[in-house]
Parts: sequence; C-alpha cells; structure tokens
Amino acid sequence: MAKRNQHDPTSGEENPQTQSAADSARNGITRRGFLKGAGLTAAGTALLDGVHAFSSETAGNRKGVTELGPGPVPVRLHVNGAEHVVQIEPRTTLAEALRIHLGMTGTKIICDRGVCSGCTVWLDKMPVNSCMTLAVDAVGHQVTTIEGIAGEGELHPLQAAFVRHDAMQCGFCTPGMVMSCAALLERNASPSEQDVRQAVSGNLCRCGTYPKVFAATLDVAGSTRNA
Amino acid sequence: MNRFVLADCTSVDAALSQLHDGAVVKAGGVDLLDRMKDGIEEPPKLVNIRNIAELRGIHETDHGLTIGPLATLAEISEHPAIRSQYQILSDACGHAATPHIRNMATVGGNLLQRIQCWYYRSADFQCLRKGKDFCFAFGGLNQYHAIMDYGSCPAVAPSSAAVALLGLNSSVELTSAKRGKRTVGIRELYVVPDANPTKFTVIEPDELLTAIVVPRPTPGTRSAYQKYGEKESFDWAIADAGVVLEMDGNVCRRAVITMGAASPVVRRSAQAEAALAGQPITEETARAAGRASVEGALPLSMNAYKVDLFPVAVYRTILLAAGQRDRDPSAAG
Ligand SMILES: Cc1cc2nc3c(=O)[nH]c(=O)nc-3n(C[C@H](O)[C@H](O)[C@H](O)COP(=O)(O)OP(=O)(O)OC[C@H]3O[C@@H](n4cnc5c(N)ncnc54)[C@H](O)[C@@H]3O)c2cc1C
Ligand code: SF4
Ligand code: FES
Ligand code: FES
Repeated sequence: MAKRNQHDPTSGEENPQTQSAADSARNGITRRGFLKGAGLTAAGTALLDGVHAFSSETAGNRKGVTELGPGPVPVRLHVNGAEHVVQIEPRTTLAEALRIHLGMTGTKIICDRGVCSGCTVWLDKMPVNSCMTLAVDAVGHQVTTIEGIAGEGELHPLQAAFVRHDAMQCGFCTPGMVMSCAALLERNASPSEQDVRQAVSGNLCRCGTYPKVFAATLDVAGSTRNA
Repeated sequence: MNRFVLADCTSVDAALSQLHDGAVVKAGGVDLLDRMKDGIEEPPKLVNIRNIAELRGIHETDHGLTIGPLATLAEISEHPAIRSQYQILSDACGHAATPHIRNMATVGGNLLQRIQCWYYRSADFQCLRKGKDFCFAFGGLNQYHAIMDYGSCPAVAPSSAAVALLGLNSSVELTSAKRGKRTVGIRELYVVPDANPTKFTVIEPDELLTAIVVPRPTPGTRSAYQKYGEKESFDWAIADAGVVLEMDGNVCRRAVITMGAASPVVRRSAQAEAALAGQPITEETARAAGRASVEGALPLSMNAYKVDLFPVAVYRTILLAAGQRDRDPSAAG
C-alpha cells in the first residue's frame, strides 16, 4: 500500500480468533450477538417492510430523476435470495448496510478504500468491493455475501477446501478470498493456477495464505496444481 | 464521508438538469467516494449516472469504436474486437487496479479520476491543487511524482486508459444542457497545473462526458500497453507506456509513444516516435526509442529511478507491440 493510507485491520474489529473464543465463553448473550442485536435495533429494519422503498421499480420516475436523502430513506435490497428493506442514508456503503443494518458481519471492512478486496461480495455473481459501492447502487441486483454461498448448515465446497488445506491464518481476508475464488469457479469450473492467481490479485493477505488458497481452489475445481 | 442528496437519474437529460449548485457526477464512484472518504471534497449532491442505459455499451462503427462512458474497465478489456484490433486499450484497461475494481470502474470515471499525490489526497495538506500556493512534494516525499513537464505541480497523470486512448488518437464528446455537444481530444481534455491548478480537466461543472470516440487503426497497426508498479496489482503505475506502430512489413512507418506516470498530464514522446519512424523494429531501435523517451527529464530528489525505468517500459512495450517479445513478467497487473 505504498501510496495509500491503509487502515489497521486490528483497529476496526477484533481478531476473529479471540472473537470466537469470547463468543463460546458466554452462554446465551455473546459479544458479537450483542453487538449485532444493538445494531439491528437502531436500524429497525423489520418495521419498514411494506413502505415505499427505493427499488428498481421506483427508480426513474417520469422526469428520470429520483432524489434520495440526505437523511435516511427506505431502500429495498436483495441479499442471498431474501428481500430486505433497510432505512439508510444515501452515503451508506453496501458493506455498511450489510454489516450494520442487516447484521451480516461475514463481509469484512478492512481498508475501506477498494485496496484489499476483504469486503468482496457479488452483484449478480460479479465480484465487487462492497466498501466502494453505495448500497443504493445494489438496488435491482442480487447481492450474494459469504453468508449466502452455502446452504443452511452446510459449507460451500470451497469453504470445506479452505478448511482441508488450512488456507487461512488470522482469517481476516478469508471471506473476501472465498468470494473471489468462488466467483471464479462460477465463471470457470476448471481454472488454471494462473486463473486463480488473477482472481485473487486484488485480495490482500498479510498472513501470506496465497499458496493454500490456490491449492484449495484448484482442489475444488478438480484441477492439479500448475495445470 | 459527508451526507449528500443522491439524484438517481435514468437519462442524460435528467442528469444534465441536475448539474448545478455544486452537484457532482457519480459513475462507479470508486474515485469520487475515495475523495469524499478522505474528506477532501464534500459535495452537497451526487448525480448518479450509473443507471443511464444510453451511456453504456461498446459500439463498433464504420470509423472505429464509440464507447459509452459507463463501459467498465473489465468490459473493455474483455471485448473481442478491442482485444484483436485495439490491444493497447484492452491491455491498459485489463491491467489497471484490481479485478474487482475493474468490474466497478467506468472508463469515463477512469479518464476523469483525480491525481493520486498523497498530499493532495490528504485533508491535512492544503496545496496548489486545492487553491493554495504551496507544493509539498518538491521538498517532501516525491518518489512517485513526475520527472518531466511538471512546472509547479509534479503530481502524475493517474489514468491508464488515457495512455491508451491518447495513443489511439481518441476524443471525448462532452454534453451540456445549455451549450450542447463539443468534441475534445484526449490530450486537450486535461488542463496542465500551470494553466489552472484547480481545474484538472476542461469539463465544466454542468457537462457530462457522453462518449469516447476511437478511430480505427490503419491496417497493419500493432499496439500494446504495459504498466510497471511497486506491486503486481493494487496500485497505480510508477511507469507506463503505450505504443502504437503503423507497420510496413518490419519497417515502422509511424509510431505513437505515450507515457502516463512521467508527467502531470498524459504525454506523447515526439523524440521516441522520431527514433522509430522509418526504421525496422529491432532490439536496438526499440532501446534507442526508450532512451529518447526521457530526454530532458528532470527528476526530483527521490525519483531518479524513473529516468531508468521509463526507457525499459518503452523499449519492452515496443517489442511487445511488434510481436517480438512476450508480455513482461515483471510488468504489473
Ligand atoms: C486500488 C486501486 C488501484 C487503482 N489502480 C489504477 C491503475 O492502475 N490505473 C488506473 O487508471 N486507475 C487505477 N485506479 C483508479 C480507478 O480505475 C478509478 O478510480 C476508476 O476508474 C474511476 O471510475 P468510476 O466510474 O468509479 O469514477 P467515479 O469515481 O464515479 O468518477 C470519477 C470522477 O469523474 C467524474 N465523472 C465520472 N464519469 C463522468 C461522466 N460521464 N461525465 C462527467 N464526469 C464524470 C466524477 O465526477 C468524478 O470526479 C485504481 C483504483 C483503486 C481503488
Ligand atoms: S505535487 Fe501537486 S498535488 Fe501534490 S502537493 Fe504538490 S501541488 Fe499539491
Ligand atoms: S475493505 Fe478493502 S477493498 Fe473494501
Ligand atoms: S490476512 Fe490473515 S489470513 Fe489473510
């Protein structure tokens, strides 16, 4: 990040490893669960269903202009196959809407500048950086997050391969890595190592897990390394 | 990031009607949101052009290409006709930034992105380009700054697409509600800091960039772009070169050599072009053109390495364009 100010990942959020230890230590209310609950109450997402939210149908009225904000407005988002109405300011990024308003904290905000791809989600299966995407720009698109790539209670084959290949250390970059590699597999079922390298060339891993990420992805693809 | 009104528009006319009283255009938002997050700009209104269908698409015409400003870098780099006939452009768009940014970044926004000088990008430094009278880079950290043509501000031209589009002699169409349309060449799109330090481009606040027009190269033209960076991905170029060769067998009838990260505004190197005109493309002529590309360079205290790097970038990209060398594995992207 020679030319750009990089936010320290450890300052924005706790280390996922200590996090999970803290979570399992308390029965009932967990720290993460508590924080998520507090965020949801403030956002009050459930109350808004049924109001006229900004959606692909309301966009582009007769004059071709829809003005939103600056205060919070209801916005209809499709995330992991479900419809949600969130009350957000236009300046809210998709990453913030997911994490703060919908409680989906799997998507990480690390640099918040488009530099690390830790916040990767899919818009209609295309990987993008949710930190540099306004939430209102996701209207009319299908958003997929790390929470949505596998079925309920299951792991996506790529997630299972990440576990098998020990493809994570601190885990901070991992949701973004998985989303980038899974998007590649959606486009190309049998990528070469070069394709995988290219797919994660925007994903920054400070722990250096890249070789295992390549191996895990190629394992799922059924290709051999260096193919 | 400040709060703002977002005017989501679905037509060019609607967007033009919103461009007054400090409203700014948002396309992909990658550069604009970055400036806003860093607190160097606080626009009261964003005019969202991202949903304007008429500004999308890459169209092949009788004369070449007309590219909608909302075409993304990824779309341009993957377009079959661009890959086969306008390689310099697919190279430049395919090696800018990261794969996910290329999915979001529009080519219009790429051309109009602001400089990356770290003093400019920090709200803590009020310099020449923000209307004050001081440049922090001359006496400060200037390893990524300009080596040529810099006058009072050595921040370098950031756009990879501009290096390619200048090489292809392209122009942009600018549209305003009051004054209609005008066409401006890529080089003329940019305002040199000495002429007006806070202007950046000739686009007026009420204007939209509505099309990019790329003339079809003459038959036998070969082209390429390469970018050198401190890292393989993620970052803007520290040196980059665009090469367009009009060939007659192995003799180069005419060459266009463009450079991005050497100067505040994307430039053509008349010296490098002259070194190739009428010559066969060989290791020697390519190296001579590379050396010629930095004639007159005046490096700053920390960037003399660029005077060595640009000739390598130019020489290797000439050989890549001529088909005499593979893409450089040490080039970025
Ligand atoms: C990590 C990273 C690495 C990068 N590396 C590179 C690189 O190597 N090479 C490179 O070239 N770029 C690089 N970039 C920059 C990136 O390509 C640009 O930020 C992006 O192309 C901007 O496009 P956008 O659509 O998001 O523009 P926006 O942010 O929406 O707009 C940019 C500017 O243009 C104006 N604007 C946009 N469209 C129009 C229009 N049609 N009419 C009038 N005004 C308009 C906006 O008002 C704004 O001022 C990098 C960015 C990141 C985050
Ligand atoms: S190089 Fe230009 S942008 Fe950077 S501090 Fe100097 S005047 Fe400002
Ligand atoms: S958080 Fe780093 S790219 Fe979004
Ligand atoms: S950043 Fe720690 S695992 Fe990638």
